[in-house]
Amino acid sequence: MKEGRPRSFYVLAIFFAAYVLFLYGPMIAIYVLSFQGPSGGLTFPMNGVSTFWIAKLFQGTGIVDLGAAFRRSLLLGTIVMIVTVVLSVAAGMAFRRKFKAQSILFYSAIASLIVPSIITSLGISLEFRIIDDLIKAHWNENFETSMGLLTSGLGAHLTWTLPFGLLIMFAIFNRFDPRLEEAARDLGATPWQAFRHVVLPIILPSVIGIGLFGFTLSWDELARSSQAIGAVNTLPLDLQGLTTTVTNPDIYALGTVISAVSFTVISLALGTIHVLNKRQAARGSDAGKGLV
Amino acid sequence: MDTSEDILQQASPDLVRGPDTARRTKAARLSPSFISWLQAGPMMLVFLSFFLIPLVFVVIVSFWDYNEYQLLPTFSGRGYTDTFEGCIAQLPELCTIGRTYVMTLKLCFLVWAITLFIGFWVAYFLAFHVKSKTWQVGLSLLCTIPFWTSNVIRMIAWIPLLGRNGLVNSGLVKSGLINHPLEWLLFSEFSVVLALVHLFTFFMVVPIFNSMVRIDKSLIEAAYDAGATGFQTLVNVIIPLAKPGIVIGSIFVITIVMGDFITIGVMGGQQIAAAGKIIETRVNALQFPAAAANAVILLVITFLIISMMSRIVDIKKEL
Repeated sequence: MKEGRPRSFYVLAIFFAAYVLFLYGPMIAIYVLSFQGPSGGLTFPMNGVSTFWIAKLFQGTGIVDLGAAFRRSLLLGTIVMIVTVVLSVAAGMAFRRKFKAQSILFYSAIASLIVPSIITSLGISLEFRIIDDLIKAHWNENFETSMGLLTSGLGAHLTWTLPFGLLIMFAIFNRFDPRLEEAARDLGATPWQAFRHVVLPIILPSVIGIGLFGFTLSWDELARSSQAIGAVNTLPLDLQGLTTTVTNPDIYALGTVISAVSFTVISLALGTIHVLNKRQAARGSDAGKGLV
Repeated sequence: MDTSEDILQQASPDLVRGPDTARRTKAARLSPSFISWLQAGPMMLVFLSFFLIPLVFVVIVSFWDYNEYQLLPTFSGRGYTDTFEGCIAQLPELCTIGRTYVMTLKLCFLVWAITLFIGFWVAYFLAFHVKSKTWQVGLSLLCTIPFWTSNVIRMIAWIPLLGRNGLVNSGLVKSGLINHPLEWLLFSEFSVVLALVHLFTFFMVVPIFNSMVRIDKSLIEAAYDAGATGFQTLVNVIIPLAKPGIVIGSIFVITIVMGDFITIGVMGGQQIAAAGKIIETRVNALQFPAAAANAVILLVITFLIISMMSRIVDIKKEL
């Protein structure tokens, strides 16, 4: 099998490398620029190196109330992650058998993924406005609004994360061997035991992947939040608001801090998945030797 | 954690058991279809309350009346007439909404063509040239990680590169190729297309890669053995078999660009009018029926594009 690689390999390898550079190059540029010296501007060259702009962000004297927006985004992201994982695994289990409304749910998920975010966001905001008007008209005249981070905001984010969760579950169960479950049942496991001790450990790495999608997509969500989040802002909304007004590296510092959270979550998730896969591979081979 | 599916699995031991298994059950039997509803119901409920009903409200409100500060729930076509204002009077000139859609479709086409080209070859490289599984996973992750980071940050990341004093301009001026910094690099159609390609090529790579890894390698060998050149194999074997992925990726990219208002806003310096941007502008002016009418128009056009494309391929079969 040691034939030389075709010339097309090298051409495409260079193309691929250029694409990766295109993906990461600009991001790295702003991470570097957020460590500008105090007199530095928005572009290269660097005017000294300091943590001035990042420190300014955390002092709260800067452009936004970072702390509050940070906590809100973190809270929302965590809740979205948990709900996405639970609902996706549950629905994924349901899709293993035929049931009525199967295709309605499937097409709802696909439609939710591809209907432009601004339309979903507008619809949610109209829905809550109308609910508010009804409450004001019939029950409580002093009612403010039912829109908020954990009502309309949470719903808006879920319409974006759940389709990804469901599609990942499809991918998992496409290559899931149902005989493992049968074996567990034959050995006397209850359905709950079979799920908890057989199915869940096998799909766990992918379930963590769903959680990763759930958190990161919510943490960075913008288009759906724009009309549906209510009176307060999430971190990405604050960041977007700054793009038109800010003229110093504050904005890069904020970008770097937001990315730092993303990268921490990504590394944690990928690290866990890696460990689980390794463990599974090790134990799986043992089991194989024992049985065959 | 006591999740919903845990509870219902405990409640219904026949959930994963075949019908022929005649084992006695401790808990009361629930019918399989009821269990399916318990499992899938919560997700369905979320889509119902935060997606399907809101869409219905968009359609209803698009036929309401409005004044400067509130919605008036009486039937009116004003949202639509305001949107198409002057479209007949100005003929043969295009009215505002017409020009906006021409611009949106132009951006769509450019981004689609470029992401398809890049996405196809990136996926091709990953699927056919990277032989080791570990490398394949690693390189795929490398392409995916940016997708998990913030879009706004990936947009503003272009500012230090493309700005008037940015890296590209200063490089070009220093090298003597140009005398004055190029103005069209940032806050222009160019930067919008560049940023959209940068952000959304991922949506093209994933489905095309998925289609390509499923192609039986022996088909390609057979084509070579039968005397096909590399190009012939590509056109007659690989592209037709990768078509589902190409179509799905195209649907993603086109619908994203059709509805985008953030990238076009930020990278276009808030100067470029696009379909999604009109909706945002109308909402900011509190003209909800007009915003809803524009949303309905956008929805119809997006739906038409998707239904045209999905004739080529059965999406459900490909997932």
